[in-house]
Amino acid sequence: MTQSVQTQSNPGPQPAGMRGVAADFGSDQRAFKTASWGKAMMWIFLLSDTFVFGCFLLSYMTARMSTPVAWPNPSEVFALHIGGQDVPLILIAIMTFVLISSSGTMAMAVNFGYRRERGKTAVLMLATALLGAAFVGMQAFEWTKLISEGVRPWENPFGAAQFGSAFFMITGFHGTHVTIGVIFLLIVARKVWRGDFDTERRGFFTSRKGRYEAVEIMGLYWHFVDLVWVFIFAFFYLW
Amino acid sequence: MVEIPAGGADAVPAAEVEDMELYHPKSWWTKYVFSQDAKIIAVQYSITAISIGLVALVLSWLMRLQLAFPGYFAFIDADHYYQFITMHGMIMVVYLLTALFLGGFGNYLIPLMVGARDMVFPYANMLSYWIYLLAVLILVAGFFAPGGPTGAGWTLYPPQSVLSGTPGGQDWGILLMLSSLIVFVIGFTMGGLNYVVTVLQGRARGMTLMRMPLTVWGIFTATVMALLAFPALFVACVMMLFDRLLGTSFFMPAIVEMGTQLQHAGGSPILFQHLFWFFGHPEVYIVALPAFGIVSDLISTHARKNIFGYRMMVWAIVIIAALSFVVWAHHMYVSGMNPAFGFFFATTTLIIAVPTAIKVYNWVLTLWRGDIHLTLPMLFALAFIVTFVNGGLTGLFLGNVVVDVPLSDTMFVVAHFHMVMGVAPILVIFGAIHHWYPKVTGRMLNGVLGHIHYWITFLGAYAIFFPMHYLGLLGVPRRYYEIGETSFVPPSAHTLNIFITIMALIVGAAQVVFLFNLIWSLFRGKEASGNPWRATTLEWQTPQTPPAHGNWGKDLPVVYRWAYDYSVPGAPEDFIPQTQPATAGLTREVMR
Repeated sequence: MTQSVQTQSNPGPQPAGMRGVAADFGSDQRAFKTASWGKAMMWIFLLSDTFVFGCFLLSYMTARMSTPVAWPNPSEVFALHIGGQDVPLILIAIMTFVLISSSGTMAMAVNFGYRRERGKTAVLMLATALLGAAFVGMQAFEWTKLISEGVRPWENPFGAAQFGSAFFMITGFHGTHVTIGVIFLLIVARKVWRGDFDTERRGFFTSRKGRYEAVEIMGLYWHFVDLVWVFIFAFFYLW
Repeated sequence: MVEIPAGGADAVPAAEVEDMELYHPKSWWTKYVFSQDAKIIAVQYSITAISIGLVALVLSWLMRLQLAFPGYFAFIDADHYYQFITMHGMIMVVYLLTALFLGGFGNYLIPLMVGARDMVFPYANMLSYWIYLLAVLILVAGFFAPGGPTGAGWTLYPPQSVLSGTPGGQDWGILLMLSSLIVFVIGFTMGGLNYVVTVLQGRARGMTLMRMPLTVWGIFTATVMALLAFPALFVACVMMLFDRLLGTSFFMPAIVEMGTQLQHAGGSPILFQHLFWFFGHPEVYIVALPAFGIVSDLISTHARKNIFGYRMMVWAIVIIAALSFVVWAHHMYVSGMNPAFGFFFATTTLIIAVPTAIKVYNWVLTLWRGDIHLTLPMLFALAFIVTFVNGGLTGLFLGNVVVDVPLSDTMFVVAHFHMVMGVAPILVIFGAIHHWYPKVTGRMLNGVLGHIHYWITFLGAYAIFFPMHYLGLLGVPRRYYEIGETSFVPPSAHTLNIFITIMALIVGAAQVVFLFNLIWSLFRGKEASGNPWRATTLEWQTPQTPPAHGNWGKDLPVVYRWAYDYSVPGAPEDFIPQTQPATAGLTREVMR
């Protein structure tokens, strides 16, 4: 059982199976060898935020099950009247397309960030922010349309009142996430543009030097917000 | 245990993390008030938590006075009684215990015990405290708001919590409570992310996870749990705020109040219970796991013996944490559920007894044939064990559906959770304060005052809560303002109630001795050396006491051994610090 103390970084052959996983995870100084502090923190925050959205979506499903009034058909409620006919979910489809595209520009921004191409990085981040803002704008349009049709958090002419409550709460909470993301995209894009990460300029609040990694951490958050939208799309609009 | 081969074994692992950039305060304000130093933040957290905890203590006095002398104190009417109950419960669980263990002890001990200069993101850490303070202020504002604080019970079950019959239901009370909890969760997340990332990514060279003191394991695991459990509370609070403010019906069924049909319809009150207890049950262990960890270190240090079964202790913490996420509905047996679910939740609940029992056995086996020093930290640790075993065993009663249903909502439940997650963790907090006070202040706490406080608190708390089991078995209900003439409650129960109240008054008053000791010793206490308990862990090996900003001077510490090398045969002293190179002696560390 007992062996001599070893403090070398290479303690000999790795144990096999689960024990090897545990040994890796519990190894010296860092559990995740390639993740910086900022990245690890963002991942764990996103895990926590997943539980927030998970609770929101589960609550919506429970409300949908427990209400005795019929649930409205989302395809009809979210249809737009275009060219003489109702096109179901057309706005939501465009919104989804815009947000998923913004994930693409974000990924490219991360790539150019690590290549130190400041201009391209900043422009791509601005494009991401623009797409995000367009998403929020379309959501505002959707809210306005539903409100003008009489949908409120407490009532809804199409059926169960919980439809309106859950809709405004969940899309509102997600939209807040997107808006916060847009604001931070602009802040980080400005830092990239100004060359803060090359000159090691210190942050206004934290007094710490930034690195191009900030673009990637921003990207993690942005992709997460997109992914959450996919679930909201599937569970709220398609179901 | 083996002899260390000479040479070779002392090789130090290469540094993987660059040394931390510290923020150096430039003014008194940024040094002591808006400080980014985890040690200052820890003290701020602790003072705020203890202050609000004293409010909750006074509230418990008022409740006990009403129970022992019904109607004697005119100002305690039924509404006030429920407000006292609610605020007492919520403050003790969330704003005192959670904040003190994680924000207080977590902030102070994690960076020092893993050999870091500070938390990884000191600015977010500072924000965490100020947002916590804001949450406390919003909570306290409830006392001064029109209609007073909410009287919904700490579980805040809808629909009653937002109806006009409940104090604060249609006034400010419930709004302030929900807002305060939302703010608390946001603030805690900022700190919690820091604690987790510091443990995972910011350890000193040689400090593997399996060399961390159990204190760090307990706080770390509890923080992970909090980050996953608080979202449910957050969501529940947001939805109830909407129900109350916007008139949504997430939790509100169709309801007639005072002959008026309310606008609500179709919501699910049970949904709130699920969300609340998905937070609420892990919360029990968020409070208990740091206590488990700290008490392990207190016992090992003051019994001069390595902790028995270190690996088993670590795995027990992790398994308890994992299981606690699948037992929440055992709080809802009387809410009604499918018998198959009742069976599932009863089974998972009882399985938790296995890792918990392993921990208790290991504490006792650590004491077995140890060189026990009956210092105050050790006394408090022993008091914890006997209290915790009592509370844990009654948990086995309440985990079973058929036993829980008749005992539910009686004083038996009150006795159970006060023993297991009230008194037991608080005893650990006292022990921990006695243990680490010399490191925080550079002075020892006074022993005479400490003993007076210890014996009154320990025996008194037992005298308060042990008789409550009998009251519960007699069927005395909890949360009743007044029992009155009830055929199944014998007059002797009333005598017992008076006894409990007198003990509660005495124990509460004894806390003044402790507070006096804290303040008096700060100025007049015996000066402490850097390592007064002759302990092995890193926080006792700092170059200065109290540790300076940055903790370690110029060079970060290097760790060569686990945290429990006490009484190693052949070693010159009965402890070997973790920073002692391997060639300097033997070790009991088990390596695989």
